[in-house]
Amino acid sequence: MTLVEKILAEHSDNKGVSPGEFINVRVDLVMSNDITAPIAIREFKRLGVDRVFDPGKVVMVPDHFVPNKDIASAEQAKLMREFAHEQGIIYFELGEMGIEHVLLPEQGLVLPGEVVIGADSHTCTYGALGAFATGMGSTDIAMAMATGDIWMKVPHTIRLVYHGNLGEWVGGKDLILHTIGDIGVDGALYSAIEFTGEAIEALSMDGRFTMANMAIEAGAKAGIFGVDNKTQLYVKSRAERSYLVYEPDNGAEYSNVIEYDVSDIEPQVALPHSPANARPVSQVGNIEINQAVIGSCTNGRIEDMRIAAQILKGRKIHPGVRCIIIPGSQQVYLDALAEGMLGVFIRAGAVVSTPTCGPCLGGHMGVLADGERCVSTTNRNFVGRMGSTKAEVYLANPAVAAASAVMGKIASPEEIL
Amino acid sequence: MLKGTVHKYGANVDTDAIIPARYLNVSDPAELANHCMEDIDEDFVKRVKRGDIMMAATNFGCGSSREHAPLAIKAAEISCIIAKSFARIFFRNAINIGLPLLECDQAVDKTEAGDTLEVDLSNGRIKNLTNGMEFEAKAYPDFMAELISAGGLVEYTKKRLDSRRV
Repeated sequence: MTLVEKILAEHSDNKGVSPGEFINVRVDLVMSNDITAPIAIREFKRLGVDRVFDPGKVVMVPDHFVPNKDIASAEQAKLMREFAHEQGIIYFELGEMGIEHVLLPEQGLVLPGEVVIGADSHTCTYGALGAFATGMGSTDIAMAMATGDIWMKVPHTIRLVYHGNLGEWVGGKDLILHTIGDIGVDGALYSAIEFTGEAIEALSMDGRFTMANMAIEAGAKAGIFGVDNKTQLYVKSRAERSYLVYEPDNGAEYSNVIEYDVSDIEPQVALPHSPANARPVSQVGNIEINQAVIGSCTNGRIEDMRIAAQILKGRKIHPGVRCIIIPGSQQVYLDALAEGMLGVFIRAGAVVSTPTCGPCLGGHMGVLADGERCVSTTNRNFVGRMGSTKAEVYLANPAVAAASAVMGKIASPEEIL
Repeated sequence: MLKGTVHKYGANVDTDAIIPARYLNVSDPAELANHCMEDIDEDFVKRVKRGDIMMAATNFGCGSSREHAPLAIKAAEISCIIAKSFARIFFRNAINIGLPLLECDQAVDKTEAGDTLEVDLSNGRIKNLTNGMEFEAKAYPDFMAELISAGGLVEYTKKRLDSRRV
């Protein structure tokens, strides 16, 4: 069995499971946010159940439109807050909250070998910890909040093997953009991805979170990594319960195996309007930008902040660019403060925000006007994603976003260092 | 039997296109329906009639998990969606809320926007009344058929919970 099949077999009390099989899976954590929870709560109530199956396994995080951007979003956050308090579930109020997919691993709420479902497509981020994590809709989440389990179709697994050494300024974002550029936005539809190879072993946990996060951008149900020393080190200081580490069998069957040599991969930029429009930064051409966003569930972790700070230190944001930097959680914010990065950002002329999904989905904190261009470390560059349908979003890693903010056009870090 | 006019789209229609995030500060289906498809098809809301059929190429509904997307389409009174393939979260969401989906390559290849289709959900037969061609959609696995016939996931779960109590 593959890694995913092993976890799903264990969580469905089966000795073995096969791709295509419908199973009922026990869940270790059920998550929703201020956009998806209101519908989940409505459906939960429609079911006629009084209490969630286990308040310690249900979590709600206000992160998309908070601090509330308007009255309607305040009403939604209020509805979620009241439900969370009434049910006694895990809830993070402003001041404690972060972007859900940065926050939950950081708080030790997701551990290796677990099954997590979330009413957010980027729930797949937790695959970096060797957990099976997948996004679903609000009704699915509502039913799992009541019963503690959910139906699933066992996915085929695609094994992606990354060989070689990563170049300078190349990280998880570049590997995943390169991969999506190769297999397409439906290249892993209905499948799970197992990320492996020596380049993956060399990748930091933050880089792995970035890769797993964007598995959905290839249509994948999950993107999972094996557990190694780096994972154990990350989890050890956070875990408050035991967990199991699974490994794929030697004879595991994969629907496809793709091998990449990463040695020649440059920082990647995905051009509008698809994450699959990835190309090396050197081939992007002269693209002037109006805004740069560094943050999100994809690249809002401390390593991302450090990379941005390294580039922005002692430099100035281009006068034609608004640079918005959003640490992904209060802890990332505090760490950035302690390491002196907030001063670096502010002196460079960037704005630094409290954690929020904000501009990534065109909510607030950096919505784009007609004809504007933004380089962003987020995950989607669909038409209208960050505001106007006539705006353009270029996806990149934090080094490229920071260098571009300085240059006023899409640029490689090498151009300014 | 469903019968309606076809609104046809290409590949990889994402949920930001189906319902832009700027409208996600509400969850009322009727309000969401007012903005359905507006970023890629401004006139859709004015054009759509009760019972019309939505059609698309591959990977329909990719991107965000927002259930607001199928809710908006359903509240716009689209009777079913026919595509070559659906993104998996959208697929679950639509089935869960009782919006029928059919996968059929030929129907998509041989149907134009504005054609009239007749769809029999009981056997997956699709008839294009404009050009006279007939197609058959992929059958649902047994489990999915059970979920659909129960009336969606909430009704299915109610039954499950009732049977546990017995």
